[in-house]
Amino acid sequence: MISALLLLAGAAPFPISHSPFPVQDTTRGKAVYVKWCAGCHGDGGAGDGAAAAHMLPRPRNFTGAIYKIRTTASGQLPTDVDLMRAIDEGLPGSAMPAWKGRLSDAERRDVVAYIKTFSSFFADTSQHVAALKFSGEPSGATGATALKTGRQFYDSIGCRKCHGDQGRGDGPSAPTLKDDAGFPIFAADLHQSWRFRGGGSAMEIYHRLRTGLDGTPMPSFSDLIDQKFLTDEQLWRLAQYVRSLSPPEPPEVRDVIHAPQIVGPTPVSPDDSTWARGGRYWFPLVGQVVRKGRWFAPAVTGVWVQGVHDGRTLALRVSWDDRTQSPDSAWRPFEQRVLETVAGDDSGPPKAEPWPDQLAVQFPRRLPESPAGMERPYFLMGSETDPVYQWRWTSSPRKSVAGLARGIDRFDTLPGAVAAQASFDHGEWRLVFTRALATPDTANEVQLAAGRAIPVAFFGWDGSSGEHGSRMAVSTWYFLALDRPTPPGVFISPVLAMLVTLGLGLVVVRRAQRRATARAGRQR
Amino acid sequence: MRKLGAVAATGVVVLVLALAGWMRAPLPAAQGGATISGKVKFTGAKPTMPKIDMTEEPKCKAKYTAAPPTDEAVVVNANGTLANVFVYVKAGLPESYKAPAPAGPVTLDQDGCRYHPHVLGILVGQQLAIKNSDGILHNIKAKGTKNRPFNISQPTVMTSDRTFTAPEVMVPLECNVHGWMHAWLGVLPHPFFAVSGSDGSFTIKGLPPGTYTVEAWQEKYGTQTATVTVAGSETKTADFTFAAK
Repeated sequence: MISALLLLAGAAPFPISHSPFPVQDTTRGKAVYVKWCAGCHGDGGAGDGAAAAHMLPRPRNFTGAIYKIRTTASGQLPTDVDLMRAIDEGLPGSAMPAWKGRLSDAERRDVVAYIKTFSSFFADTSQHVAALKFSGEPSGATGATALKTGRQFYDSIGCRKCHGDQGRGDGPSAPTLKDDAGFPIFAADLHQSWRFRGGGSAMEIYHRLRTGLDGTPMPSFSDLIDQKFLTDEQLWRLAQYVRSLSPPEPPEVRDVIHAPQIVGPTPVSPDDSTWARGGRYWFPLVGQVVRKGRWFAPAVTGVWVQGVHDGRTLALRVSWDDRTQSPDSAWRPFEQRVLETVAGDDSGPPKAEPWPDQLAVQFPRRLPESPAGMERPYFLMGSETDPVYQWRWTSSPRKSVAGLARGIDRFDTLPGAVAAQASFDHGEWRLVFTRALATPDTANEVQLAAGRAIPVAFFGWDGSSGEHGSRMAVSTWYFLALDRPTPPGVFISPVLAMLVTLGLGLVVVRRAQRRATARAGRQR
Repeated sequence: MRKLGAVAATGVVVLVLALAGWMRAPLPAAQGGATISGKVKFTGAKPTMPKIDMTEEPKCKAKYTAAPPTDEAVVVNANGTLANVFVYVKAGLPESYKAPAPAGPVTLDQDGCRYHPHVLGILVGQQLAIKNSDGILHNIKAKGTKNRPFNISQPTVMTSDRTFTAPEVMVPLECNVHGWMHAWLGVLPHPFFAVSGSDGSFTIKGLPPGTYTVEAWQEKYGTQTATVTVAGSETKTADFTFAAK
């Protein structure tokens, strides 16, 4: 359906002054809108629905007809196909879900028509609405030369000013950014292409570079091609370079972290070469919205985890993107703006404080008695009666402690510590916890045994986004498995089995042949 | 500079001639037209504008040798008047009035990480030449509501042209790389506007006879209006006073 629509749009060389859709019914569109959209976007389309106050980024305000994701030049209205795409695919990294499977084709078409009634710009026939003519992607996307060219323009056209040297949205101008409504806005973290609003492919990035994201500080770079500051191909190289900063595929969430056994000692530094040799596991984090003191705009969107052990000690490396090494005075006004924008459900005027960044790793106190037992404490930091064992690290003061949490509000430090070493590099925290697998306090400290599924969960706080206490990002329970080195039998037995099968097979075949020969002899 | 001088000189000569003509015998209204001029005064304590820290852009910072740059939200002149006040005819033009074709582009320059001028007016359809003299990355974003917005990148010395389709006072312009950079653009369907200068004065010339609502807009203090009736080629005075807040 969509490809057909795109084809339709692509085939129209003239400005699309009328809708490419056959019939659109604004009355039916309104019914769909009121039922499914108004909760966030508001009855009048001003982006001020009941849920809007908790969101960052805010829902689109349709009254200004300013849209981020378009195929048209900066300042132009979006095409119907552009609007349909946002509804169909949703806007990753925001609260806008994909509606393709939830609403029928007709419902989505009608709601596009209705959304356009919120602004008089769509009725203004002098507005030219025409998709830009985009070139196709040049080959050699991931080649060293292409990426080098891309990087060169990343620097020369000033991407780093907002997106930072390594692209994690930590550039010098980043803390000052606002959208057109005055809300704080983050420069995109270019290492998480799966969260790009308009899609994470090189082509989609190239389109955004050409069109800009209207309503945001992200400008259009089309003028630079017109003025021959760079070529269209060079802009493509930039898009390809940006694409190369993220993993080739969006990270898959797997349930079990396999921590291989290595020949000791286990690495204690987050930048030890051991880590580069193993794969890492991605765990998405979401805002804590279960208990009062909810937080709807978590800054830590997920953590990458790796583990290794040497039979005596476990080293667990957790890394995550964070624009700031909190507390950071340059980001204090931004923090204030975030707190004023995102409504909480707790009392008191929000005041920016120099909170640190924090990370917690959570385990049950004890593994279930039977290896098959799956009973786990409450994922949100346990409860009064069933506490959880946690490692907690803070960026300032730089320290780590182990203790028992009995719900979000109560944490009691245990004497047995956990060692941690952290480094911060261009918008990324890398943190390694190390602890002995077995400890003396078997009642409170989880005993990490190879071959067991050890429940584990993660919590993250970005101090410069005003996160502390219950305002945090949380994960659900996952598992950590300390792998045993593979015993030699694993490699030998299949070979043995094959040899035996082959031998038996030969015997059977021989017998059959002999019998056949004997029978033939009798018949002659 | 020399060109400007020549233009100014010509203007003065024309004015003197017109004045001389008027002294002898009043001209018919169509020629020359009437003038509204005045001063934008300021009362109360002069606000201290925050200093702008341009450490992030050494190239811009180096352009301010005498004194560090300050925010331009309120510029009080040496004579106690206000600069950067946009004064324009808000209402009163006859329906039949047709604006002359705009003569040439209006230039907005980005120099020393500031906009020059800070407040400016333009006709609907007239070209705005957005110039980057700094040669460092600026983006220029127009945030009008009656006009379509735009946001373009200028990472080098270059000029981009844009036009505006609807009257709007004011269209905010800003740079997101340098959060302190703001300019204000008044888009009008007629040329009867002016911006108060370094002596606080403004002059709106060539008005057809009529009774006009004249509005003065200041970015921090809001607007004030005056009603002025002019006939022939007379000059009427309309002064505005903004008070410190």
